[in-house]
Amino acid sequence: MSDAPLALFRSRFGLDDRQLEAAIGTALEREVDHADLFFELSTSDAVVLEEGIVKSGDRHLGQGVGVRVQSGERQGYAHSDEISLESLTLAASTARAISERPGGARSVAVAGAGAPVRDLYPVATAPTDVPVGEKVALLDAVDRYVRQRDPRIVQVMASLVTQQRHVMIAASDGRLVADVQPLVRINVQVIAEGADGRREVGYQGAGGRFELAELVRPERWQAVADEAVRLALVNLEAGPCPAGTMDVVLGPGWPGILLHEAVGHGLEGDFNRKKTSAFSDRLGQRVAAPGVTVVDDGTLPGRRGSLNVDDEGTPTQRTVLIADGILRGYLQDRLNARLMGMEPTGNGRRESYAHLPMPRMTNTFMLAGQDDPEEIVRSVQRGLYAVTFGGGQVDITSGKFVFSASEAYRIEDGRITAPVKGATLIGNGPEALQRIRGIGHDLALDRGVGTCGKDGQSVPVGVGLPTVRIDGLTVGGTEG
Amino acid sequence: MSGLPPEEAVRRAIERTLAHGAHSADALHVESDAVEARVRGEQIDFVTQARERALGIRAFVRGASGLRSALTSTSDLAADAVDRLAEDTVALARATAEDACAGLPEEGFAEHWPDLALLDPDDRRVTVEARIAGAREAEAAARAVDPRIANSEGSEVGSTFLRVRYASSAGFDGGYEAASHFLSSAPVASENGAMQYDHWVTAARRMGDLEDPARVGRRAAERAVGLLGARRVATCEVPVVFDATTARSLLGNLASCLSGYAIYRGSSFLARRLGEPVASPLVTVVDDGHRPGGLGSKPFDGEGQSTGRRTVVDRGRLEGWMLDCYSARKLGLSTTGNASRGPGSAPGVAPTNLWIEPGDASEAELVADTPRGLLVTGLFGHGFNPVTGDFSRGARGFWIENGRAVHPVDEITVAGNLGDMLAAVDGVAREIHWFGRVAAPALRVARMTVAGS
Repeated sequence: MSDAPLALFRSRFGLDDRQLEAAIGTALEREVDHADLFFELSTSDAVVLEEGIVKSGDRHLGQGVGVRVQSGERQGYAHSDEISLESLTLAASTARAISERPGGARSVAVAGAGAPVRDLYPVATAPTDVPVGEKVALLDAVDRYVRQRDPRIVQVMASLVTQQRHVMIAASDGRLVADVQPLVRINVQVIAEGADGRREVGYQGAGGRFELAELVRPERWQAVADEAVRLALVNLEAGPCPAGTMDVVLGPGWPGILLHEAVGHGLEGDFNRKKTSAFSDRLGQRVAAPGVTVVDDGTLPGRRGSLNVDDEGTPTQRTVLIADGILRGYLQDRLNARLMGMEPTGNGRRESYAHLPMPRMTNTFMLAGQDDPEEIVRSVQRGLYAVTFGGGQVDITSGKFVFSASEAYRIEDGRITAPVKGATLIGNGPEALQRIRGIGHDLALDRGVGTCGKDGQSVPVGVGLPTVRIDGLTVGGTEG
Repeated sequence: MSGLPPEEAVRRAIERTLAHGAHSADALHVESDAVEARVRGEQIDFVTQARERALGIRAFVRGASGLRSALTSTSDLAADAVDRLAEDTVALARATAEDACAGLPEEGFAEHWPDLALLDPDDRRVTVEARIAGAREAEAAARAVDPRIANSEGSEVGSTFLRVRYASSAGFDGGYEAASHFLSSAPVASENGAMQYDHWVTAARRMGDLEDPARVGRRAAERAVGLLGARRVATCEVPVVFDATTARSLLGNLASCLSGYAIYRGSSFLARRLGEPVASPLVTVVDDGHRPGGLGSKPFDGEGQSTGRRTVVDRGRLEGWMLDCYSARKLGLSTTGNASRGPGSAPGVAPTNLWIEPGDASEAELVADTPRGLLVTGLFGHGFNPVTGDFSRGARGFWIENGRAVHPVDEITVAGNLGDMLAAVDGVAREIHWFGRVAAPALRVARMTVAGS
């Protein structure tokens, strides 16, 4: 990878290293622990199809810079959508107000390779540079394909979203790094209507950090469309969901959202530094059944949650959170790592220059076990088999998590039987994973559609899971 | 700041867009000044400050059977950047399909509006230090409520000042200023190794209308302490009282099913129910863009259309949808002034200020009148399907025996169908609390499924 990302910021905004150093120097005129500059330049495009036509095209250009100063637990932050030496200096003086004490004269020399040591998502053509006509043609093809799949499909909505995000980070420790982050995503949503007039929705998406050409391959988008259609048709047949506590088998892939909600958020450094997480002070303790190993890995090539460097310039890594059921690690940004005496793990992320970074997940998944997935289902007398999910949420402090299945079936005498609708699962993070009774050999990652929200900031993430059995989860249906 | 001033930016954007061959165009410029701070314990956690601008351009290009459209946005307000964007917008529009319903409104533009009390100019002069003092006061009050409050996620204050300028080639050009302020507190209560978190927030257009910081801290702390010792209850079917914070969330679910987009797409369970009873006669829902000081109040909507007061559900009967021009044309109706947009988003439908009219009872009386049931004070998860109305969400709150809240409950779900739930509302409280643009008094639903142990 070249230093092209750095050159872009230098040429476009006329900023050289001396000016960056001067801005950081302004921040350092007070006694502070750390100061950094975050530059961002992004283009995002969306085309949306509905009722058989691409009704609109969007294009958004974003640019800005944020200046951050840390002093103890305090952070001062100022950001501007104007990238210039003047706006930088002003922002630096605003941000440093967090510290009242004057600092010693310090000078900073920014240096570094400028580019991350590896490139997890090289693309020859930025997805936002692909002509809009090609994107429209793809959605038209999706629409035609879906409509001939089944006469019960009455609505098709499809969208294609592409983004190219350039970031540059310069910090008081001399770090200077830039990255270019492509992101593509296709969504297909269909509504099916049964003979009785009943309507149900089916939704599927796919994406990641790769060439748009990947998604344009028919086998790729057709699989997404097929899945949306299948889900809508399954839901047309779905009956009421049982209510109460039961044994649940989660299918591979996207149900990994369980880990994201049940343990992932609770292991973010900020909550643990403040001791407001149900997992606070539990390093070294058993929080999951033997055999359960959970990692967060930002280094998987082309994945939606992957990054070469996080939004503080720290290279991403594979962090073991839970090893064989024992809590081993937290997800850290620089602030919380420093305050906890730990190392940053490359999880300092932010939605944009208009936000402070926080510890966030990248791709979070459970490693495969040795059990046969079919055998796992057969082991359950009466329970629920849940394979596709909508969203989830967690209360970090009490540890209670909830997530909603969009495809689920009853398990009766070890067999998967009737589909049920609207199954919401609720449990307690530190306890639920201790009740895992079987781990399949079929680890799968999701298709690249996850978005995680925290404190009003959204970032792309990935999840993954092998088939697992969890005993005693509460299933929120309507049938007592 | 460099770049074009707002009035000139929107004028130039429209001019350039038309010059490149667009049939019509509009432009929205939003400028914001924001400050936010959080105090945790006695320490400042963060202070952020920002000034931002954004310009959004929409272009419509004539085709044989309708208009093609596109939207672009940028924060680069240099004249040449605006010119380039205008040209790009027209090019992008040419790539989309013709749509007989696309286009700007030709009439119905807002001309006069009352003083909506969207801003107190004095609030601009409040220093960052004074704002932080409010957060400190809330934080201290929360921690003083009970020795079991020993920790928190902090108390936060924030203010945003907005200047909105919108113009269209159909002849509208208007602007307004508005502000919003909030103060919140999020204490953590702990006992016997278990922790519970809750929060309380106050939000208003004028700082003078915010609740007293100490009161916010105390209410948040009382809510968190009240949840200590929460446990599951056995799966059952019982009456459920939703407090004002959670009833509001139900109304939000309902609002998503009343959007004109969901109606013409057939993706709302209410799509074929116009004019029919859809809720108990105790339920009246009002949308009013002119509510003085309302967090959703605005003199004109995202298409320059007049906003005003409408009854959406009248004593249980569904009176109408919430519409912008596009969804109105799709349904052969007129816009209701519910177009909502930002510079980077095309108009969509959103409530202005939406509420359920208060009833006669107090929330305490609703509970006292419930022999055995559940009081829900927190809902979480996304278990609502607008296409079917199926509702199943995580909940916490209090178990009610003989009209008294006897112990806190969590790790349960409440489930039903929103249509059935609205029809089964048999109590509406009189207290209403505005946390945002949607508000509701406490409600009791005669019967729902509670899933627990």
